[in-house]
Amino acid sequence: MASDAVSAGTGYPKAGVIDVDIHPAVPDMAALRPYLDAHWREQMTVRGVDGLESMLWKPSLPISARPDFRPAEGLPGARLDQVRRDALDPFGTALAICNPLWGVAVPFAEDMAMALCRAMNDWLAEEWLAPEPRLRGAIVVPPQSPDQAAAEIDRCARNPRFVSVLLPAMTEQPLGRRAHRPIMAAAERHGLPITIHAGGLYRHPPTATGWPSFHAEDHAAQANIFQSQLLSLVYEGVFVDHPSLKVVLLDAGLGWLPQFMWRATKTWRGLRAEVPWLKQNPADVMRSHVRLSIQPLQGPPDAEGMERLLAHLAADQMLLYATDWPHWRFEGEAAIPPQLPTRLLPALCRDNALETYPRLKETLA
Amino acid sequence: MTVDVDPRTALSAASKVRLVDCDIHPIIRHKGDLKPYLSREWQGYHDTYGDFLVSPFATAHPYPKPTPALSRLDTWPPSGGPPGSDLAFMRDQHLDPHDIEFGVLQVLWPTAARHRNLGYGAALCRAINDWQKAEWLGREKRLRGSVMVTQEDPEAAVAEIARCARQGGFAQVMVVPRNIEPMGRRRYWPIFAAAEAHDITLGCHVGGLNGYAVTGGAGHCSFYAEEKDSNGFAMEAMLTSMIFEGVFEAFPKLRLVAIEAGLGWVPALGWRLDELWQRFRDELPAVRRPPSETLRERLWYTTQPADEPEDPKHLRDVFDWIGWDRICFASDYPHWDSDDPRYALPIAMSRAEHRAIFRDNALGVYRLS
Repeated sequence: MASDAVSAGTGYPKAGVIDVDIHPAVPDMAALRPYLDAHWREQMTVRGVDGLESMLWKPSLPISARPDFRPAEGLPGARLDQVRRDALDPFGTALAICNPLWGVAVPFAEDMAMALCRAMNDWLAEEWLAPEPRLRGAIVVPPQSPDQAAAEIDRCARNPRFVSVLLPAMTEQPLGRRAHRPIMAAAERHGLPITIHAGGLYRHPPTATGWPSFHAEDHAAQANIFQSQLLSLVYEGVFVDHPSLKVVLLDAGLGWLPQFMWRATKTWRGLRAEVPWLKQNPADVMRSHVRLSIQPLQGPPDAEGMERLLAHLAADQMLLYATDWPHWRFEGEAAIPPQLPTRLLPALCRDNALETYPRLKETLA
Repeated sequence: MTVDVDPRTALSAASKVRLVDCDIHPIIRHKGDLKPYLSREWQGYHDTYGDFLVSPFATAHPYPKPTPALSRLDTWPPSGGPPGSDLAFMRDQHLDPHDIEFGVLQVLWPTAARHRNLGYGAALCRAINDWQKAEWLGREKRLRGSVMVTQEDPEAAVAEIARCARQGGFAQVMVVPRNIEPMGRRRYWPIFAAAEAHDITLGCHVGGLNGYAVTGGAGHCSFYAEEKDSNGFAMEAMLTSMIFEGVFEAFPKLRLVAIEAGLGWVPALGWRLDELWQRFRDELPAVRRPPSETLRERLWYTTQPADEPEDPKHLRDVFDWIGWDRICFASDYPHWDSDDPRYALPIAMSRAEHRAIFRDNALGVYRLS
């Protein structure tokens, strides 16, 4: 980006920021009813299926919504006018990617999960993307139904306002495993990054030490779950077979990344005979293919420490601006942690996202 | 801090410092070695039933290792047993050449802590502890033992800690992160109380088999390369549990060493837990100060497998964040990924830093003398 595109003083891009992670909320099953076919409409009604908010993001938890983002009635982010007022306008947002977290991909019954995912994707297109030109959407699919998920990606990708595929961090099997390849192939085919958001299926205890006592531990476990997903994607050869695929981690934190990459490269050096298709060290693979949002940062609290971490990372292109709205990650409009150096801003707030989500470029003009 | 010391000079000067190795793995030659140490009532069980773990295989590990017995190919003793089974060979190959002043034994196999039959697990722990005492500690004064305990039967564990503490020779109570429940939960507190009461360090060596996916919430991974690094994640989860449940407040004298998880992850765990603690204060009433302070003041971490930044000097940043007084050298001899103390930490260190990491920190936390 040319320097005259950046505001003097703040370093923010004049053309506005690109926020890769906001969370409009499905208010309840009634909102999806118009998008379900007759069979599933009846099933949802007679069985009383509702309340698919994630355990990780239980609405009453302070982390799930900042106090001033909680409306007098209903869930934060359930109304477009609120999202415009609280999530887009105050931050000078040019584009924001909607990652709805309602648990439509979670049900054990595959057909039910697919029906709910299709309904939510159509709801997003119709009620959010169509009326608000600044919004873009992620296609939500259940990873445990790879063929149907790929078909849903093909279907939704006809709408250029869908710019990514959204998968949960907590899965039945790690995402690199072969069964998931149809999803990776479909994403690559349409130029959509695979984005992975904290939370998910809860098919396994969140930690390898069993089920913890506190919500805070489930949140603390997410970083390690993301690390496991990255190891799986790298070692199983997803990026060997899909060389143009990008993966974006959302709500994953950032502080763990450099040391994790060193560790993976060291382990790979010793054990590469186990994964002979992987010819490049994991750190370089990740620098090429993996991107992360900066909220939450979960990194050094001071600017000097942050500079050290960025030197360890040696990959500013991996960082993407996000507010994680309405999750309570920062106060006021300080979505960019103050310890991040301002030299990062033009790329962080705009260029890196345009590079990572090719469809943003196509629809920006 | 600027340190103008050539690493090779530093190492040669520091070679006068004797070494404490916090992670040496002894092993039985064969199953029969333990029989004399088992009570008569368990000897028949040992022969017929034996290991009964949360595993699909009777003997093999579900994630096959890169080398037989997980070990360096040059560590098989000429006497014929598996690596780590021959004290004389261990002296010749490891203790003498590295001038090891003290070595802490970590018994991984048989894996007494993880038995599904708790009665046999407790009997096996007693046998392994007596075997360590007779065959290792009694014959080599540089070595210190680990009290093996059945974590899922804290009552038996407490009795065994008391029995071994009376005997002396044991540097630590050994636990593993991958229990049936996270380690901070109340069912495990009697173990912490006993360790504190007997002034014996708690050593947590990565591992355990509890049937849960080693990745936690992501599901079962395919490769040992994944499983290996994921075991470090389990250490993070275990420490998170212990901190959030208030273990370190409840047991103010408890000392804990995290073993064979490396240590580069420690700063990021502190940043993460501090942020979450701010947001979840109401849920965590037992936590009275930032978790990073507990990681900084109550824990020790062993070096192996040593972190290898692309630019070695970045390792100094990591050590600065963790605290140079928290870091203890460990070799993991004789395993395939063991670290050689001469080459494991290729960074410039002052003599004081070198001495702390390779000797003094371990002497302090383990009360070695």
